[in-house]
Amino acid sequence: MIKLESLSKHFGKTVVLNGIDLTIEKGEIVVIIGPSGTGKSTLLRCINFLEQPTAGTMTVGDLTVDVKKASRADILSMRRRTAFVFQNYALFANKTALQNIAERLLVVDNWPKEKAYQRAREILDQIGLGEKADAYPASMSGGQQQRVGIGRAMAAGAEVILFDEPTSSLDPEWVEEVLGLMKQLASERQTMMVVTHEMSFARDVADRVIFIDGGRIVEQGPPSEIFYNPQDPRTKDFLKKILATNPV
Amino acid sequence: MDVLNVEYMLGLVPVLLRYLPLTLQLAGIGMVLALILACLFAVVRVLRIPVLNQLTIVFISFFRGTPLLVQLFLFYYGLPQLVSALTVIDGITATIMGLTMHFSAYMAESIRAAIVGVDRSQTEAALSIGMTNGQMMRRIVLPQATRVALPTLMNYFIDMIKATSLAFTLGVTELMGATQKEAAGSFLYFEAFIVAAIIYWIVVELLSKLQHYLEIRLNKAYSR
Repeated sequence: MIKLESLSKHFGKTVVLNGIDLTIEKGEIVVIIGPSGTGKSTLLRCINFLEQPTAGTMTVGDLTVDVKKASRADILSMRRRTAFVFQNYALFANKTALQNIAERLLVVDNWPKEKAYQRAREILDQIGLGEKADAYPASMSGGQQQRVGIGRAMAAGAEVILFDEPTSSLDPEWVEEVLGLMKQLASERQTMMVVTHEMSFARDVADRVIFIDGGRIVEQGPPSEIFYNPQDPRTKDFLKKILATNPV
Repeated sequence: MDVLNVEYMLGLVPVLLRYLPLTLQLAGIGMVLALILACLFAVVRVLRIPVLNQLTIVFISFFRGTPLLVQLFLFYYGLPQLVSALTVIDGITATIMGLTMHFSAYMAESIRAAIVGVDRSQTEAALSIGMTNGQMMRRIVLPQATRVALPTLMNYFIDMIKATSLAFTLGVTELMGATQKEAAGSFLYFEAFIVAAIIYWIVVELLSKLQHYLEIRLNKAYSR
């Protein structure tokens, strides 16, 4: 379970997150939508402590952290409970696909080599890239790289996988294979928070859609409500714009 | 002018080659120590570790800002005068100390630049999976920075091999010192020094080949 209470993030005088309260159940698939620059990515990055939140408390699993008092150890354990999938894949350029997935098991979880690589191979097979085990990121397509990125997040065995616009950098031809893998994970009830502009994914896969604007949660609910019966004028406006170019 | 005494030159080759191992040892040990020191300096600079960062800046500034020969004399003649226990420093030790510190100052800056040049997404990904800063540096950043820094570092190594010749001013009989002695005995200065020059040249050429090979190896991961 994930619980955010009054989470806020300021960059200097700019308020990017303005008191986010959010509870996500284990196995829930949450899709976050909203205009650009409204703090969607920042929210995910704060949960993974890639950004230091300004105030609030976060609970992930059995760990609760007051972000103002977060020690180095708190930050490390919070990161280890939350896995991140980056928009630009961010695979380790000096490591093969297999090593990218095994890295966390080896270094962070101190698994023995054999066991870590065996697990990494299982994940590679699961994401359909078994034959790419020894390929380096530079020689893989964007779609393959992002699937490895997801595989790396899966290896973490994290409470939640945070997806930060996972298909936004992809050529259109690779989007489906990445979304397909995410749907597969969703069907296994992996807890996920997904920031995306893929509205059809949100409609088909999400248990809950959250609309964020101006650093606040404006409206949330099951996709049927948010997409077909939005209440807030800002949600209506946003959906009208985005559905015009990105129909569900 | 007499013609070159080729016979003397050929005879000199095996004599001088006996001193090549010492030259290579000076450079080899100096390079390893300088690399370690330079990596530490670079990490201190990149992570801006308080106090150490300022000390490192001064250290680098001093050893880049003064001639190597002056530094060698400082270590060999100067330090024992200040601290009598340091009279145990012989020419070889002083040379290694000087080469290490002098070149670590230069190398620290190129390693730092290479580290800073590693894409931010790489460090974020490392942190996101829960690595500590140290793990991130060792496993992700430094290996990638190595590839970028390698050509410059090899240049410094080549430079260092040639700089070992300054050791003869501290009475160390390495390749240059030996040549000097041979030449002083035979008065065939041109012959002696051209043989020494050619030996240095061949060593450096071999290293360039090694550099080329290493670059191909390190680039393997980055080619399509």
